[in-house]
Amino acid sequence: MRFLLDPEQRDFARSLDAMLTAADTPAVIRDWSRGEHGRGRALWSRVAEAGVFALAVPEEYEGLGVRPVELAVAFIELGRHAVPGPLVETVTVASLLAGTGQAKRFLPGIAAGESTATLAREGSPALDGDAATHRFSLSPDGLRLAPGHGPVRGSLDPARRLTALLPGGELLGPPTPPGALTLARLTTAAQALGVGLALLDRTVTYVGRRTQFGVPVGSFQAVKHRLADAKLALEFARPLVLGAALTMAPADVAAAKVTACEAAYTTARTALQLHGAIGYTAEYDLSLWLTKARALLTAWGTPRECRDDVLGAA
Amino acid sequence: MDLGFTRAEEALRAEARAWLAAHVPAAPLPSLETGEGFAAHRAWEAELAADRWSVVDWPQRYGGRDAGLIGRLLFEEEYYAAGAPGRVGQNGVSLLAPTLIAHGTEEQRARVLPSMATGEVVWAQAWSEPEAGSDLASLRSRAVRADGGWLLSGQKTWSSRAAFADRAFGLFRSHPDAPRPHQGLTYVMFGLRSPGVTVRPVGRLDGRPAFAEIFLDEVFVPDEDVIGEPGQGWRIAMATAADERGLTLRSPGRFLASAERLRALWRERGSPDRAREKVADALIGARAYQLFTFAAASRYLSGEPLGPESSLNKVFWSEYDLALHENALDLLDGEGESADTDWAERYVFALAGPIYAGTNEIQRDIIAERLLGLPKGRR
Repeated sequence: MRFLLDPEQRDFARSLDAMLTAADTPAVIRDWSRGEHGRGRALWSRVAEAGVFALAVPEEYEGLGVRPVELAVAFIELGRHAVPGPLVETVTVASLLAGTGQAKRFLPGIAAGESTATLAREGSPALDGDAATHRFSLSPDGLRLAPGHGPVRGSLDPARRLTALLPGGELLGPPTPPGALTLARLTTAAQALGVGLALLDRTVTYVGRRTQFGVPVGSFQAVKHRLADAKLALEFARPLVLGAALTMAPADVAAAKVTACEAAYTTARTALQLHGAIGYTAEYDLSLWLTKARALLTAWGTPRECRDDVLGAA
Repeated sequence: MDLGFTRAEEALRAEARAWLAAHVPAAPLPSLETGEGFAAHRAWEAELAADRWSVVDWPQRYGGRDAGLIGRLLFEEEYYAAGAPGRVGQNGVSLLAPTLIAHGTEEQRARVLPSMATGEVVWAQAWSEPEAGSDLASLRSRAVRADGGWLLSGQKTWSSRAAFADRAFGLFRSHPDAPRPHQGLTYVMFGLRSPGVTVRPVGRLDGRPAFAEIFLDEVFVPDEDVIGEPGQGWRIAMATAADERGLTLRSPGRFLASAERLRALWRERGSPDRAREKVADALIGARAYQLFTFAAASRYLSGEPLGPESSLNKVFWSEYDLALHENALDLLDGEGESADTDWAERYVFALAGPIYAGTNEIQRDIIAERLLGLPKGRR
């Protein structure tokens, strides 16, 4: 038992963090929210060059082999920088197609970052259907390549652009077995953890600088204790996310999903409250993380569904 | 990164499981916080110790198995899953023993640890005083230099297990002129039946004497019962407190077992939907605590000291434990009020968790100031 990230995994996280810090993601996110995808696509290519999508693709299809722990590490960083786009959906499509006759057709493009894939259950909105190069729908008779998408609907997170997928399309494989969406849950959990960590960091910095009554507001115990609670929630979600990545047991992943998403949302509420009115504005960058925390809570498994999966196990 | 265990660790787990299946008393022992129950729990410690199960991580020469921290965690998973009794020697094993191992002399270890391992000597803690609770460093009980030792005078309080225990350990002010309150304290072991000691048991909420006040009137303690250098007690005790809040006071195995008991109760009561979320959260919380502990243990074993992150641990387990027991009482409906259910005493015990070992308010201050780097302010 050695439940610690290896030095290579930590280096991978650090290099992704450095790359994303340099990429000015707030500007990319704001473009993306307006449907201007140019800078977002360029960033997607950089994420692919860093090897993120290849971590969901077997080596025979030009990937690095399916590596859930490294994917979790990567998605924590993607969440920390609020990177927009159908990231979860793309790696999930890769996991659904691996081992099918369609793998060779789609997986090398995903690994290389040339293909972006969105995915939705039939009748549910798909994330960024307008930006994705391929749109997949999970219909009762199997995975289909959707022939197109409907108009964009807004999300509570402006950077998440929701689109209906047009029905029908080419049938690519048989109905997906239960547990097929485990990777979607895991990467959403990791992304939410990253969102929560970023919200905490930004809020700690803010309350250390913001002065009222002649002292930093972060010296007040009421403020400290809210931040301590956010830290607690995130630090107990982290081992669940990494442990779930190791086991990939559906109940472990469900536990990680609900815990990480609720921790991120708790942190978002604290971040908003402790920033005060400035945090409530769209122009202040905190909003890019605040709104995502709420959206991820119900993406790929509501809290209720996840808790049911925990209770149903064993 | 892996969550697998070595063959030796798995063998220890299997051996423990078999031993516990053969030895755990079929009926629960009487409450630990009664004279009769204390004696029964002490006898149980002797039974554990006879087959070297009382302190598996300790060196063999003191009664352990050299099973290491991981071995201890796995043993405790089996121990609590088997429904085995509470540990009467917990204060000594979790607080004093790590201090002796880190700061004591070999003579002290050889003298104190073996009888602690068998339950022959049960230790109580003597930290708090009437005017020194969260602000522990303001404590006033004195240690005055005497020929060959020290004379202890003053009052300690909230001393868990002291009503029935044999000896105690705590901090005393030996250098009253030291420039700051946490300087000039000395870490001392003393007998609870020594001349000059008066123990007054205090009933906790259910009336049982789970703790006591200790009055000391020129109690002589020989130099050999001082741990570390006189005047260095605060630093030594804080190292203990980090262990207490960290890995050793509350085993994940305990909460994994409690969560399963709650799930069983929920099913017995017809799996009511109103408790669904809480039961799921109990299972999730136990797993989170287990994995958090594995991560901390892995860091510790790779040479990183346990630091202020142990405050996260303490707040988590104490609030988790209380919520779990509140949920159990809720599930019992009208029976939840009854004092003779399996859950009642555990609930009363859990109520104290957020208070002792450093209140959760103090822990949150530590998290905010030392982990998040927020500026110090007035408490």
